Amino acid sequence: MSMRTMTRRARTAEPDPYSYGSRHYDLVKEFTIALVAVLALTFALAAVFSSPDEKPMTIASWAKADPGDFTATALAELDGSSATAGYGPPYNAAADGQKIGPLALAKALGVTHPIDTAQDFVLGPLGSAPQVPDVETALKQYQGASSDQQTKWTGAYSDALTKAGGDPTKVAASPDFGPTPVLLAQLLKQAQTGSLDGALLSEGGFYQTDYTLPLLFLADGSDLAAQADNEHLSGDQWGMMNETGNFPGQAWLWLYTFWYQISPYNHSDNADALVWGTMMVLTLAFVLVPFIPGVRSIPRLVPVYRLIWREHYRDQREQERLRTAGPPDIPATDGE
Amino acid sequence: MSEETQEGATGGWTGAMRRSAVKAFPPDKLLPDTQPKYVASWIYVFGVLTLAAFLVVLGTGGVLALKGPAWWHTSGFGHYVNSLHLWSVELFMAFMVIHLWGKFFMAAWRGRRVLTWITGAVAFVGSVGTAFTGYLVQQNFDSQWISTQAKDGLNAVGIGAFFNVTDFGQMLMWHIVLLPLVVGILVVLHILMVRHRGVVPPIALPGQELVAGEEAAR
Repeated sequence: MSMRTMTRRARTAEPDPYSYGSRHYDLVKEFTIALVAVLALTFALAAVFSSPDEKPMTIASWAKADPGDFTATALAELDGSSATAGYGPPYNAAADGQKIGPLALAKALGVTHPIDTAQDFVLGPLGSAPQVPDVETALKQYQGASSDQQTKWTGAYSDALTKAGGDPTKVAASPDFGPTPVLLAQLLKQAQTGSLDGALLSEGGFYQTDYTLPLLFLADGSDLAAQADNEHLSGDQWGMMNETGNFPGQAWLWLYTFWYQISPYNHSDNADALVWGTMMVLTLAFVLVPFIPGVRSIPRLVPVYRLIWREHYRDQREQERLRTAGPPDIPATDGE
Repeated sequence: MSEETQEGATGGWTGAMRRSAVKAFPPDKLLPDTQPKYVASWIYVFGVLTLAAFLVVLGTGGVLALKGPAWWHTSGFGHYVNSLHLWSVELFMAFMVIHLWGKFFMAAWRGRRVLTWITGAVAFVGSVGTAFTGYLVQQNFDSQWISTQAKDGLNAVGIGAFFNVTDFGQMLMWHIVLLPLVVGILVVLHILMVRHRGVVPPIALPGQELVAGEEAAR
């Protein structure tokens, strides 16, 4: 046998687990007991602790509870200053999106869910509903105006709204606002009656499952985040790994959430991309642990294995003791 | 011998697959009634507990699927089934994490068991994704908040271009079809690999004589 063959055999050889000795074991019985135990524990935990189900926020509930925030958000969607309007890919080309160093993955994938916030959140829902003549006129006036004129109207109304403490009812009428107040007041009415919830969802067909528009509209406002903060769900409260109430959430996301709490992630403009990049590298490292020098040696250095296999090592020590002690002395018998 | 006759004698592709399956998984290896003596620690229980919890997760999720995603919001029994689903997931993840740490400290990838580790690790990552999509399709405030927050991370690295967490329909399909299928296949492969290679033997103590092949397993 050549040395090469011997080496290859030595490399591929593996100890037979049963060469260490064996004992009786009932696989099916053990699994059945485990299944019954898990079922019992699950039934008990569900009976005692139940599960959370906090009602979702609707556009209607938001507009009724906080008409000022709704109006300010609608104005931001109309004048293009909302978070969604300036988001970038995959919603629009207003920004390049986040980067990991020079790597602009969001930009590379492009705009796949195009959203024009003025049209999709404000002008579209107003135009698709039957309106009184004043609103129809206002809509035509706004849509027929130049971009500069629209910006002047929304800018003047935005300033006035800020001076009025965000309360649209306290804003005195002015020709500087153009048709903006009429449009936003009508959108607020549609929102409060619940028709805007439907209008944002029903774009594109009868059956709908895509909640992107209403969710982004809600997220552009302040109330969704405020409620989340009350429920300790904000990013600086370890966010997504929590659940509403005192229920356990996705505790296994602790490492992902952890990065958002520390520098440089917690103040970077590319925080999300950096956290995802970090987690991708760590996930790959986790999957490939057996190939990473140093990491794969940790189990030998941290002797948890001695605890796990303590009976095996005790048996080995006993066998070694018996072996080194030699055969037991047999006392001599007279006459033999 | 003609090709057809030869195939008839060997059973063709089907016969070859049967022979290789029986060789890799003889009945006493697939359903053993003995196990190596060193398998004597509570840590070993967490593998089977993980599998049991996985089946409870699939079962409770199956009941929720039978009645549709909105059922549990309007029915007391439905809410209880949702609670069963939630707590079985919590148990499943807890058991799996303990199982994983146990296997890490056993260096359980030794002795040509690297793929067993990899399938287990990928199954864990897949389970995290499955649970995440489950939280997205709860149809309550938590789903709203998680989806509007998670979109930023996914969009930042381009995943949001084809995996839209604010699209309830898409997430429901991922949660109840695609991801459970992937995790289920990985779990089956993982278990078959454990049955094929056997439970990893103990690490040799310093200065101890290595069992044949143990050096290769280092």
